[in-house]
Amino acid sequence: MSLLQLVDLDVRYGAIQALSAVSVEVQQGEIVALLGANGAGKTTTLRTISGLARPWKGSVLFAGQEIHRLPPHEVVGLGVGHVPEGRRIFPQMSVQENLEMGAYRRRGNLSQDMERVYALFPVLKQRRRQDGGTLSGGEQQMLAIGRALMSDPRLLLLDEPSMGLAPLVVETIFSIIEQIRSSGTTILLVEQNAVQALQLADRGYVLENGRVVMADQAGVLLNDQRVRAAYLGEGAA
Amino acid sequence: MGYLGTGTLTGTEPARAGGGAERPRLGWLRRLAASDDARRLGACVAGFLLLAVMTGPEGSSLAPTSGFSGSLLHPRVFAFIGLGVGLWALITAKRRYGDRARRLSEAISAAPRRLLPNRLARYGIYLVALAFAIVYPMALSQFWQNVLVDQIGVYVLLALGLNVVVGYAGLLDLGYIAFYAIGAYSAAYWTGALPVHPPITLNPFWAIPLAIFAAMLAGVILGAPTLRLRGDYLAIVTLGFGEIIQIVATNLQSVTGGSSGPASVIPHFSVNLLGVHYKWGLGDLPYYYLLLGFVVVILVTFHALEGSRVGRAWTAIREDEVAAESTGINVLKYKVMAFSIGASTSGFAGMLWASQVGYIDSTLFTVQLSILVLVLVIFGGMGSLPGAVVGAAVLQWFPWFLRVHPLFGFQPEDLFIYLGALLVVMMIFRPEGLLPSRRRKREISLAEHGEGTADAMTEPEGAEP
Repeated sequence: MSLLQLVDLDVRYGAIQALSAVSVEVQQGEIVALLGANGAGKTTTLRTISGLARPWKGSVLFAGQEIHRLPPHEVVGLGVGHVPEGRRIFPQMSVQENLEMGAYRRRGNLSQDMERVYALFPVLKQRRRQDGGTLSGGEQQMLAIGRALMSDPRLLLLDEPSMGLAPLVVETIFSIIEQIRSSGTTILLVEQNAVQALQLADRGYVLENGRVVMADQAGVLLNDQRVRAAYLGEGAA
Repeated sequence: MGYLGTGTLTGTEPARAGGGAERPRLGWLRRLAASDDARRLGACVAGFLLLAVMTGPEGSSLAPTSGFSGSLLHPRVFAFIGLGVGLWALITAKRRYGDRARRLSEAISAAPRRLLPNRLARYGIYLVALAFAIVYPMALSQFWQNVLVDQIGVYVLLALGLNVVVGYAGLLDLGYIAFYAIGAYSAAYWTGALPVHPPITLNPFWAIPLAIFAAMLAGVILGAPTLRLRGDYLAIVTLGFGEIIQIVATNLQSVTGGSSGPASVIPHFSVNLLGVHYKWGLGDLPYYYLLLGFVVVILVTFHALEGSRVGRAWTAIREDEVAAESTGINVLKYKVMAFSIGASTSGFAGMLWASQVGYIDSTLFTVQLSILVLVLVIFGGMGSLPGAVVGAAVLQWFPWFLRVHPLFGFQPEDLFIYLGALLVVMMIFRPEGLLPSRRRKREISLAEHGEGTADAMTEPEGAEP
């Protein structure tokens, strides 16, 4: 059974149709990449999964349960962690407090989870008393991912983790995403950086104007002429 | 100005030389006018000149131009020009020695914590402050005791309530006084002072929970639909709500007594419980102690709330609502909670005030009053309990002090002009407020450890390389 299933999703913002008949499936333990240009509907797809946007039609099934009518905080409680676009850490809270906020819906001893996050991102441990707003862009991205992990998610939604970061930092973050997957968390990744995303992912979907235009194994997409032409900046020849 | 002057020239060398030759005597004036220092001096003096003309016995904010009929050579005008120059000197000093000034201001903020490193000592200070608050008013004159209750105590309560809404949850409520009105009218209704009578007439003391409940209910009813929207909408809706409540109170004469108020007097508090009989009478001190007791209870409660899960949710919402939502916080629930806690505090203040004064009418609950409470909170330091108390006390005491000892021909009607000027000055020198909250403390420790190195986009204020 697939962990996440989007069935025929239509999402509208007023008169604008952001998604039409989008169907996406994510299996337990996979890394799936959603690719597409600006405005293709990648972020809207993630927002619909986590309850920040409501579908007009269609449904979102998480572990077999319909979740598209639930408010965002309940979706988090079910095990969907969302790292929003642009990181959105709490700037005036310390790193430690940011991580504690990530576990807001959980009770009990969190020190083990905290150590797990610090093991993934040692730099965060060094800076744990520092305000989130004083971190560099890459560190903020790490903090945003760590905060989402603190909710102990089964599925992690990552919205453009490479945005605005130096290539070396992107590489670090992508290798950590791989580590997170190998520890058992399923990942749905939205990226504009198609090459790196497809190298990391098992499968990929290509969105265009709110529709899924291609869906295949990552390796196949990586070698597909149309994908290369449209998203990898190569001439169609 | 400088841009326009040079912009008309083509910028080529001959043209510039030709321009210079045409106006050799204006060159220094232009350079002076173009210098930032001179421009700031001009702005400061002009601002205070305007303040001098528009306020005081000769002019007034109600008839601004009447000041011109008096002589502009009045000593008061010179005093204000002096204040303008003084402000300019402070601004210039801040620009020149800004780092040192900031460190000094941080040191002052940190001083209480450094002097009182442990909790016990801090509680000691609170106890001393409380003892002072208990003993000192006994030595005051009747007039000041009255000011202490009607003008300071009630406003401390109001500021504490709005501090939850604005300071903790970051919601801008511009109709805060509407809930104060609801509390006051509830007090009047349940004690039988309004033209419409309640099923049972209560002593105001027992009407307290009913007044609090009415205000809280109004807060939930207003908040639940509007708090779903983003911040600006809330400000507009609450502004409208404040107006609606006042207009309804004015026009619904058969229920509220309208702008001339109900004919009968709202009785004073009294308690008759378990053999204890007490009646709060015309004297101000008993009301003061009642208020003080409630303020202490509210301080302890809000302090506990601030440090609880609820408080952390508020902080998260204030800092980034979307992030708060995606970390699993029920944003709407906590916003409504903050809003209705603020509303019920306001309603409570209104009912206390109505019962002490014994009279209400619809002209009392103006938008200006909502703005005033907001100013008190901003002045004290948003999100800080001591800030709300001290801010409200200082700002409410000062106009009454000026009434008794008029400096610079202070006129009570001009209060809001002075408050505006004060806020402008404060935003320059201490934007975080008189007694800011703990966030400030962290900035200081960051700067001390020099750990604030970050990328250029998020350069922290207090950080040093």
